[in-house]
Amino acid sequence: MGKGAERVLMKGNEALAEAAIQAGCRHFFGYPITPQTELSAYMSRQMPKVGGIYLQAESEIAAINMVLGAASAGLRVMTSSSSPGISLKTEGISYLAGSDLPCLIVDIMRAGPGLGGIQPAQGDYNQVTKAPGHGDFHILVFAPSSVQEMVDLVFLAFDRAEEYRVPAMILGDGLLGQMMEPLVFPERKEEGRKKPWATTGHQNSRPKNIVNSLYLKANLLEEKNRERQQRYEKIIENEQRSEEYLTEDAEIVVVAYGASARIARSAVNSAREKGIKAGLFRPITLWPYPKKALGALGEKVKQFLCVEMSMGQMVDDVKLSTSCKVPVAFFGRCGGIIPTPQEVLAEIEKLAGR
Amino acid sequence: MRKTVYTKSKGLTDIPTHYCPGCSHGIIHKLVAETLEEMDLLGNTVGVAPVGCAVLAYEYFNVDMVEAPHGRAPAVATGLIRALPDRTVFTYQGDGDLAAIGTAETVHAAARGENIVIIFVNNAIYGMTGGQVAPTSLIGQVTQTSPYGRKENHEGFPIRMCELLSTLNGVCYAERVAVNNVPAIKKAKKAIQKAFDNQVNKRGFSIVEVLSSCPTNWGMSPVDAMKWVDENMVPYYPLGCFKDKTAGKEA
Repeated sequence: MGKGAERVLMKGNEALAEAAIQAGCRHFFGYPITPQTELSAYMSRQMPKVGGIYLQAESEIAAINMVLGAASAGLRVMTSSSSPGISLKTEGISYLAGSDLPCLIVDIMRAGPGLGGIQPAQGDYNQVTKAPGHGDFHILVFAPSSVQEMVDLVFLAFDRAEEYRVPAMILGDGLLGQMMEPLVFPERKEEGRKKPWATTGHQNSRPKNIVNSLYLKANLLEEKNRERQQRYEKIIENEQRSEEYLTEDAEIVVVAYGASARIARSAVNSAREKGIKAGLFRPITLWPYPKKALGALGEKVKQFLCVEMSMGQMVDDVKLSTSCKVPVAFFGRCGGIIPTPQEVLAEIEKLAGR
Repeated sequence: MRKTVYTKSKGLTDIPTHYCPGCSHGIIHKLVAETLEEMDLLGNTVGVAPVGCAVLAYEYFNVDMVEAPHGRAPAVATGLIRALPDRTVFTYQGDGDLAAIGTAETVHAAARGENIVIIFVNNAIYGMTGGQVAPTSLIGQVTQTSPYGRKENHEGFPIRMCELLSTLNGVCYAERVAVNNVPAIKKAKKAIQKAFDNQVNKRGFSIVEVLSSCPTNWGMSPVDAMKWVDENMVPYYPLGCFKDKTAGKEA
């Protein structure tokens, strides 16, 4: 058996970093912020050992622009931060998207708004799925709910970012980043693809390449945006991911992602023990939102319950995915408080008329 | 018999520039392009364009180019040179870009001694947006947003970037030049050559600050603008080398 089959115990943040290295990422630019700290620390230890670059930038803004530079060179590059830091990076994310550059951004969410707190939260949902910067664009957003899934999605995120030439994000939270779980790294895959657009010096052998997001002529900018929109449509068609648990006969389905989904799953199990036909729908991609699967589920269930560590940012997407045919209730905690399975169970019981 | 006495540098594309009549950007573009061509660096160079008057520089230089967000060119160049350590990486930035919104990126790229060249075009005004007060506008200078003249107790004092940066250990070379007369242009070319020579030999961070004219936004003729550089800018921004590690010159 190869190294890929070894079972190891790792913290979420460190597993994300190791997965990125194994996926061929050799350039990491970041700025210190809690609770993503272990990711940067791991990179600073490991990158020199594999001939890579770990560089602590002077700001979140500089870090994302260093990512832009290395991405322009066609290399797999990554940064990580947490909510307030992501706000600062949004300028750069918009330029990366406008310049059609692939990269990986990790957001280990903490509670907000403002400086907020350093406990886990899911309050960046709207920011990263709806408006991760100015202008008309999207980024891929993956929401793992276990350390193993964090690792698997790092490989997928790099790959899809390069395929569609868009930035990709792994959206975790302080709980997932800090917890330890056993995991297996996948067998190393062929890394990357050819990037004829990269600015590496034309060597007097090809026309010059330009990485750019400026189009002063309105018709050219519209054309460019429409071309990108076509890629988004392909992404929406091909990249929706979700997981369903006990949904075949379910009447009440909890919709939750990331750490909230782990808690919701326990609550669903308890509800089943009490004879309530409960199930769980877990979005794995938040953009594109798994509308197809959730819409199909909406045809057969009586009630949805959205559970989040926010004040209900995902509720609208659940309603839109099901064309508002099914009532959507909400239960959430925020400020860094993690909902308990008992609290979620109580909400399910209420909806079941118990 | 006809003899060719001048040809345009292969370092420039055939795209007509958008610069105003009498603006010094054209001269500075030419000096950079000639230097890259003469040093046989065109194929191995990645340039970073700023936001400001030179935003379209990515169209004009005949090298691979990246267009950076406003002020972030030194960070983008850092990403490029860390990814491509054997390439030549340079930024071309104006005063608003380099000395206002991008001050942190400039200072820290310099402090790290990134192996890049910065061509810093200082014309003491925001040109692209129509002539607002800049970090390098002179005391008393009238602009669109300092209509009563820049005041030291309001906008503060103009920043001398070469002097500031030359205090940093990471900086290999910092020189201020002008391009408002032929001898000055010749000196400017030498400084640009030296900066790229440092880069090729991996000596670290080099900056060449070029005092430049903006007749449009200064509201004067190109000839008067060239005189204005000598009469008003040079007294506050003295020309010369502030740091040159290769010559043992420290700040």
